[in-house]
Amino acid sequence: MPSRSPKDQRDRQRRESSKLTAHRGLATWGEKLVPLAEFRRATAAAGRALSASERELEVASWREPRPDPTPVEGPFSRVAVFGGVYNNHYALAALLDDARARGAEAIYCLGDLGGFGPSPEKVWPLLERGSVRTIQGNYEESLAAGLEDCNCGYTDPRDNHFAELSYGYTARNCSPQFKLWMGELPKRRRIRVGERELLLVHGSPRRINEFLFHSTSPVPFLEVLLAQERADGLLCTHTGLPWHRRLESGGDVINVGVIGRPANDGRAEVCYCLVDDREDELGVELVGLGYDHHALAEEMRREALPNEFIETVLSGWWTTCLEILPAKERAASRF
Amino acid sequence: MVETTRSSPPAENLAAPVVELGSLDTLWFQVAGTVCNLACTHCFVSSSPTNHTHENLSLAEIVPYLEEGSRLGVREYYFTGGEPFLNPEMEAILAKTLELGPATVLTNGLLLDPVRCERLAALAAASDYSLDLRVSMDGYDAESNDPIRGEGTFERILAGIGNLHRAGLNPVITVTEVHDANASREGRVRFFRLLTELGIDKPRLKILPIFRMGAEAERGGAYESWQRLRQGDAPAGDWSHLQCSACRMVTDQGVWVCPILVNEPEGKMGESLADTLEPYPLEHPACWTCHVYGVSCRT
Ligand code: SF4
Repeated sequence: MPSRSPKDQRDRQRRESSKLTAHRGLATWGEKLVPLAEFRRATAAAGRALSASERELEVASWREPRPDPTPVEGPFSRVAVFGGVYNNHYALAALLDDARARGAEAIYCLGDLGGFGPSPEKVWPLLERGSVRTIQGNYEESLAAGLEDCNCGYTDPRDNHFAELSYGYTARNCSPQFKLWMGELPKRRRIRVGERELLLVHGSPRRINEFLFHSTSPVPFLEVLLAQERADGLLCTHTGLPWHRRLESGGDVINVGVIGRPANDGRAEVCYCLVDDREDELGVELVGLGYDHHALAEEMRREALPNEFIETVLSGWWTTCLEILPAKERAASRF
Repeated sequence: MVETTRSSPPAENLAAPVVELGSLDTLWFQVAGTVCNLACTHCFVSSSPTNHTHENLSLAEIVPYLEEGSRLGVREYYFTGGEPFLNPEMEAILAKTLELGPATVLTNGLLLDPVRCERLAALAAASDYSLDLRVSMDGYDAESNDPIRGEGTFERILAGIGNLHRAGLNPVITVTEVHDANASREGRVRFFRLLTELGIDKPRLKILPIFRMGAEAERGGAYESWQRLRQGDAPAGDWSHLQCSACRMVTDQGVWVCPILVNEPEGKMGESLADTLEPYPLEHPACWTCHVYGVSCRT
């Protein structure tokens, strides 16, 4: 610090203390200082004040169902739902076997086919072979639109580096036909399981790239989502971390996790969801799925994908792009 | 009345656009009003120890808004001021809020002594939902931070961050673009390094642009007359990227459209949340900043 003359110091102290006392009896109104009473008078008169019954009506209409023309598929008694393939064709092949063996009548994929893993084109024939009913994730949306990068916009330059690297790899190694197919996928589906109607989306019913994490998806919020969608349950993915909340109304919200990489829990296995019709409730099972993750790591090495990604496949801990995690999920994370 | 002719643009293109409230995701509370133990030279609400434009909100005042917010499907609650921890009921307010959803507190970090941090960590652990502390800094060293936030604050902020870290809480460091260097690649790397040196192995950083109003208008200059939004500025009139399409702000004087316009009586929309579900006209020059910089005050 440069040394200061006594006069400099006095000036500085005067400025500091005038900042601290500048607002005595005054309010800031935009750029002006006005007498406090004048500001208070103006705000007291501003805005609207509805009657108690008008307020009730406003709140009720806010929660009212919004029209959705999506056709309802089914009814089924048992379905498998998964998301986030991230080019992991090994896990996808394992999932198709596992879900059929457990009696799933239909298999749904909630999107994000690419990124992270190797050889994107290998995913497509598996989806076809398994008659997987797929909806569009933000990755398919970007690839189909021909975007140059994923626009992830992380604060940490290191995260942006990895996000761009994996998007660029997938974009280069996807055929134009596959991208076209991705562009035609629906953004939502509705299915009937027993008597219940379930809404299937990628991020949230409102936005394809909204993150529904357990610690930031409170019950009252989920109740309103289900009411507005007139659905008994909601299934989503996008965050990579699976969870299930049963609401007071009896509705269910399930983040099915992803099959592309582990759930940041130190285990190599990945996760998907089985829902089935039970007598008085929806049966919900988040299924841990083992697959040949060593073969995946080997192929990622051959494709010169980053060591950081390979480490995740083997260790079960995420190593990049952790900025999206809320406080609770980040605290439980290794990195 | 101005005569319109065929060649003049349609009148609606000159008027300010309006933003619909698509959902009420983020409910803000100006929980300490505009009272702060600092007087930062870039504060767009001009908070200071003597600024009583807005006053503390008590727990009793907040509870009805929490209940109404729940019915409207609020996703997350944010607390700001002023300095929230000047509010004597802040921790009780957080305990109540964390029963309903995740909470974030925007603090200057000066009142985060070890004992308080322990209590906050206990609140966080007791809830199903996330509690986030966001600590503001304006430079990665005292030379750049202190002229903005006040002499000696850099060291005191670091002490607060250290106390949070030792209690097991991992704050999000919030930095404004008051210095160009803060948001640059190099600057962000410096912030991450500073946090790592404090022993924080999972550093978290949020960068915000500055709003040229309040104290900042005096420091860096006010808005120019061209800095206004027009109908055609958003393709297809879709303003859903603005945070006011999904937030409202509660102060001791009612409900405002957003956390930015609380010192504008025109920013006030009503008394209860139900009064404020209407669209809002984007007339203020700060709206230009939100649009151009893609600002969201939430983390
Ligand atoms: S200042 Fe920003 S958040 Fe507030 S009304 Fe304007 S655009 Fe919306």
